[in-house]
Amino acid sequence: MVRVAIVGAGVVGASIARVLTMYEGFEVVLVEREPDVGWGVSKANTSVIHPGHEEDPREHPLRARLCVEGNRLWREWVRDLDIPARWPGELMVFSSPEEEREARRYVELARLNGVPGVRLVYGRELRALEPSVNPSALGAVYAPTAGTISPFEAVAAIVENAVENGARLLVEAEVLRVRVEGGAVRGLETTRGFVEADIVVNAAGLRADEISRSAGVEPEFRIRPRRGEYLIFDEDVPVKPARILHTVPTPVTKGVYALTTVHGNLLLGPTAEDLPYEAKDEASTTREGLERVMSEAAKLLRELPPASKLVRTFAGLRPEPPGGRWLIKAYDDPWGFVNVAGIRSPGLTAAPAIAHHVANLIAEAYGIQLRRRADWSPRRRGIERLAGRSLGEIDEMVRRNPDYGEIVCRCKMVSKAEVLEAVERIRRIGARPTLDGVKFRVQAGFGRCQGSFCRWRIALLIARATGQPLHSVLVGRGPYAIGDVKVLLRGGAA
Amino acid sequence: MIERSFDVVVIGGGPAGMAAAARAAELGLRAALVESRDLLGGIPLQCIHPGFGVHCFGEDLTGTQFAYRLIDRVERSGAEVLLRAHVHSVDVVAHDEKVVNVIAPEGVLKLRCRAIVYAAGARERTIFEIGVVGDRPAGVFTAGEAQLLMDLYGVMPGREVVIVGSGDVGLIVARRFALEGARVRAVVEIMPWPGGLMRNVVQCLTDFSIPLLLNHAVVRIVGKRRVEKVVVARVGEDLKPVPGTEFEIPCDTVVVAAGLRPDVDLLERMGAAIDPATGGPVVNELLETTIPGVFAAGNALVVNDLVDYAVEQGERAAEGAKLFVEGGGLPAADWKPVVPGRNVRFAVPHYVSGERGVTIYARVQRPERGVLVQVPELGLRRYVTAVRPAEMIRLELGREAFERAGALERLTLEVVPRG
Repeated sequence: MVRVAIVGAGVVGASIARVLTMYEGFEVVLVEREPDVGWGVSKANTSVIHPGHEEDPREHPLRARLCVEGNRLWREWVRDLDIPARWPGELMVFSSPEEEREARRYVELARLNGVPGVRLVYGRELRALEPSVNPSALGAVYAPTAGTISPFEAVAAIVENAVENGARLLVEAEVLRVRVEGGAVRGLETTRGFVEADIVVNAAGLRADEISRSAGVEPEFRIRPRRGEYLIFDEDVPVKPARILHTVPTPVTKGVYALTTVHGNLLLGPTAEDLPYEAKDEASTTREGLERVMSEAAKLLRELPPASKLVRTFAGLRPEPPGGRWLIKAYDDPWGFVNVAGIRSPGLTAAPAIAHHVANLIAEAYGIQLRRRADWSPRRRGIERLAGRSLGEIDEMVRRNPDYGEIVCRCKMVSKAEVLEAVERIRRIGARPTLDGVKFRVQAGFGRCQGSFCRWRIALLIARATGQPLHSVLVGRGPYAIGDVKVLLRGGAA
Repeated sequence: MIERSFDVVVIGGGPAGMAAAARAAELGLRAALVESRDLLGGIPLQCIHPGFGVHCFGEDLTGTQFAYRLIDRVERSGAEVLLRAHVHSVDVVAHDEKVVNVIAPEGVLKLRCRAIVYAAGARERTIFEIGVVGDRPAGVFTAGEAQLLMDLYGVMPGREVVIVGSGDVGLIVARRFALEGARVRAVVEIMPWPGGLMRNVVQCLTDFSIPLLLNHAVVRIVGKRRVEKVVVARVGEDLKPVPGTEFEIPCDTVVVAAGLRPDVDLLERMGAAIDPATGGPVVNELLETTIPGVFAAGNALVVNDLVDYAVEQGERAAEGAKLFVEGGGLPAADWKPVVPGRNVRFAVPHYVSGERGVTIYARVQRPERGVLVQVPELGLRRYVTAVRPAEMIRLELGREAFERAGALERLTLEVVPRG
């Protein structure tokens, strides 16, 4: 058996784990520093599966190829893994002749990259494609293959499937360094002990540069965090786009998007702001950033949502490598070290294609023959959801399992059954159940009340399922509360 | 699916809903009370402080005691109580026929009825709604959630607390934290005056030496795993932070008590008209919304500062439902608008007929001393030593007042300086 340790259970690491389990002879362990999977770059992004017409193949041939391939692969992956997805196509909206000139470039790139269906649309056709577009828009580049998925649910689904096929997940294990002896990797030194491995795949997102340096390679390679801020609005805003809309990209950003998420919310964002190298935890929002998103989004939509319909704001960090170049490479020295680093946009789109590419790279570099496993299971079923079902279907679900008849989160109509199932699945992959983990899997607490009605109920369900005290249930990285109500009067909390 | 039939279905088992269901049953209607939690009582259950029921029961009760008085009344009334019952949707079949679709552990229930009293309460404004930016760590609670954790589940949310908002809820929660040994660093209020009743400012803050920062806002939260501090700034007259006035308060807990909004999601989906000033539905004097036979009461109608008002509204709505059920609709009437005049932010109900007495609930825009609260069309004026946005004006207009006034176009409620 070839033991492979993957650093980072984001969408890239998880996809690599899944693809490696397709083949005979690999023993895969995913090593993650957070309590759950997908909490880094993969959790907070635009959620778009790009068509691939924004990648210049002369500058970034690998990015261009894997983006187009990834778009195609996701269609299979979302079906096999039951990941919420929509494929409405996208419109890159231009409002001035200069922007139009810039936009035309992307039709040419689409041709070079073999992205199907990309063309310019104007006037009546534009408004037919998108009734909510701003009337001052001149036209748009229409790319029918664009889609949107739930990125977090995607990571959870991919890991569930990888684990079912034999991969192992180790959470709350921060990698301290890659251990190299005699010119070859021996494994990972982590805060939860040593993980032996013959091959180490570095998919550590924002920290991939540090991991790489600890293996003794790419001393100059540094990842800069690029912050993107977003606003999420309620499902019932007056104007919600049918397609994925975005402004014409500039050298630093893909532009600001306005889209309806797979869960029916309006998402606006992101900004693009380069932060200092060391600011790898700085996912805070700013007033200026959020205002900028709103003013950019005004170019896209004929009506902006009212402030009263704001559900949440958030920010995510994207790992920006030098020159925007992905660093995907298998090394001879140290033998067994593989970088999958600096995976900036379109990383989410390309992830499945990156995973296949990396599997081939490993096979070639280390002389391993890839033989498909006969017993590999491609499928994973999602958590059966109440929301969006007819009353007849709901009645049937409740009769099968009365826990479906107990609504825990009223904003997003999530039942006790779904929350318990989320907790069970988190435990099954070997992660730690948290309020965020449940929220991102079944949307409980994602509605307009932001959990003020239901967070305690979900915390209670987690506490009962795990046998831990209510106050110690984790929200995200920190605990919900500090102890029992008399803890301070007794002389302070632990 | 299980089909049931009632005269009136009351949605929400808090004070307004309990009062509505009990009153409807007492009036001889077949009433159902639908509550999503596994017990009746609503928010007062978690209010272990006194100040409840002075008007209703002539006694000063805790919230919990108050809730149980109403629970007893519901039980005696014969209204049918459905717990763990979530209202999925309402189908309006005809003007006097509705189906309330309910998800419950026994399956989907279809409750056919003629009238509905909507008493789903309010929800708390969140940290995002009030424009606070920064990190999103553990340690941020709404006041209701913090109170529930302490008083229903015996859990302490944190030790160093900043409260956002000085409404009654914020004040009472500040004291609750102090009583359990937490250090309340500050109560931060964006307005130039406290949002809650004066007695609460004294009893909850002054008596516990808790600083109240008026004209200030929490602008940013800082913390990775748990809240570490907040950034506070002074605000200008436009309520926007003044650059350069920022300072930090170290804390591990932020409690958002920035006000309530009527929870009208279902009413909106049914197409009821909403008053932007109250955030609740537009109603007539029987608290009927713009959808015939759908009544509203309690904090789902308008955010009240006394629970007794919520009870009174529940009873009024039940009386409206009784008229509606018996007449196959409310009698036709020439509805006159109630118009908020000088220094009045809103007045509820929005329409009156003049054919029966009516209770008007209103709030002022800003504090004022030595004023007259008046309805010029009725020749009605009442001297008040002080009005404040935190204290609701409750005005009872008897039927005689309308008879004396004769034909009316509208009613204006205004607050004017005495002079």
